[in-house]
Amino acid sequence: MNIEPNVSVQLVGETATVFAGDYINKLSGEKIERECQRQLNSGCKTLVVDFSRTEIVNSIGVSILLGVIDAASNAGAKVVFSDINDDTCELFETLGLIGHVTVQN
Amino acid sequence: MLENQQKLIHTFGALAELGHEVAHKQNFQEMIRTSLHLVLGSLAIMRGGVARFSRFGHELNMLVMRGLGEDFPLSLSLSQEDERQFLTNGLAPIEVSQAKILPLLHVYDRSFDPAKIELIVPLIIRDEMVGVIFLGKKATGEPFSSYDKEIICAMARHIGVGIAQRNLMAELERRAEENRHLYENLRMTYKDTVKAFAAAIDCKDKYTEGHSERVGKYSEIIAAELGYDDNHVEGVAIAGYLHDVGKLVVDRNIINSPMRITASENAQLAKHPSVGYEILLPIHHPYAEVPLAAKYHHERLDGRGYPDGLYDKEIPFIAKIVNLADSFDAMTTDRPYKRRRVAEEVIDDMHRNAGKQFSPELVTAFCRAMLKELTNDKKQKNFRRLLGKDYLNSETVVPMLKNVLNARNATSSLTLVASE
Repeated sequence: MNIEPNVSVQLVGETATVFAGDYINKLSGEKIERECQRQLNSGCKTLVVDFSRTEIVNSIGVSILLGVIDAASNAGAKVVFSDINDDTCELFETLGLIGHVTVQN
Repeated sequence: MLENQQKLIHTFGALAELGHEVAHKQNFQEMIRTSLHLVLGSLAIMRGGVARFSRFGHELNMLVMRGLGEDFPLSLSLSQEDERQFLTNGLAPIEVSQAKILPLLHVYDRSFDPAKIELIVPLIIRDEMVGVIFLGKKATGEPFSSYDKEIICAMARHIGVGIAQRNLMAELERRAEENRHLYENLRMTYKDTVKAFAAAIDCKDKYTEGHSERVGKYSEIIAAELGYDDNHVEGVAIAGYLHDVGKLVVDRNIINSPMRITASENAQLAKHPSVGYEILLPIHHPYAEVPLAAKYHHERLDGRGYPDGLYDKEIPFIAKIVNLADSFDAMTTDRPYKRRRVAEEVIDDMHRNAGKQFSPELVTAFCRAMLKELTNDKKQKNFRRLLGKDYLNSETVVPMLKNVLNARNATSSLTLVASE
């Protein structure tokens, strides 16, 4: 069943927090990417991706997050990954994503 | 160790997903887009793109890009030297920093530098180049290891196969379309040739100019009324057009004789169905029964026809159709020795001779088609065009056709009851 994943956003000043779903794959990942791009276009200077509900991130999810990092870098914005579980954090570290973002738990 | 294990699981997950994607995705663009995500995500490569090689334009056309920037060209021309080097190299990733010899890198250096391209992966499948993958740096900033390159090579092979399959399908579709076009042209040529032939047949007879064409059209009307498919209707029409082809070898004076012809002249004229059959038999018609229609279009259900005096079921059905169409045209056009008959007389003749000369089923179909046209059930005006607009008087012909059809229906019911 093709259900549009729920990605919610909270905006405080120039900081936008995007809450990712439980599994970041293409469907949910692209929605996160679109939402982040929308926030960057609106002048957001800090982009927080909240992973508190996220259990798994696959390769497509990683590619999409790299796109978010790239877009934020081009827009002069900072990216924060918050509440990452241990496995995902380890994967991000191994792959080098952590070096491009601020991790906040 | 744990770190390596997790990386390994992540990479193999991507490889497995890519294999599934290439094998099962119906939408090519979507498949390529997902494939690029998988390549970039498996090793955390910051940016990249997939291009398809066009061997006609000798260019790479970008199918999908991520992070390469708006200035990255959508199409890149390749020199023969680029192609040669890619083919020699195979699927192995080429490091841009060590491959300055590629002319492509000099031509597009202003695009490659800002896009921070580090690897170029030629997609070579069965010794043919189908595309290229461009990859930027890894998120770790580390150079690509030999392990990374192996993974990229395996993934590139999958994507290359996906593009090669798509190319093959496109080529098949193009050839099928070309064949359809050729077949259509051939069919048109065949129909034009048949019509030209029919005109040549009718040229011999100044009184029956257009006879073959009209017989073709009446045959077509009957076949359509019987519910035949378009191909079958066309075949019956062709049989009508060519039914008199044997007349080409009959003396013009016999055909154009203004009075009744002698017995010996009649014997010569009676040969035209068999001669027509001999002429048409060696030709490979798309409709196999055309020669039979020419041979037997003067046979009658009661066995009093010629050339073989066949009875009802012995006569090919197509010949029965052409026979009715031929007789109808003979009765409704002026001949050297008699004027055409009025419509009511002709309909009565067909009705009375159903079961003797004509197939009853065909008389019914023909009358029904005529009635439909006269009562405006059909927008086509075939009969009016062929007979002249004043020939069929609706006021008298319509009731007559209805009577004939009622009588014919009653007869068929009785026949049915009798046979039961």
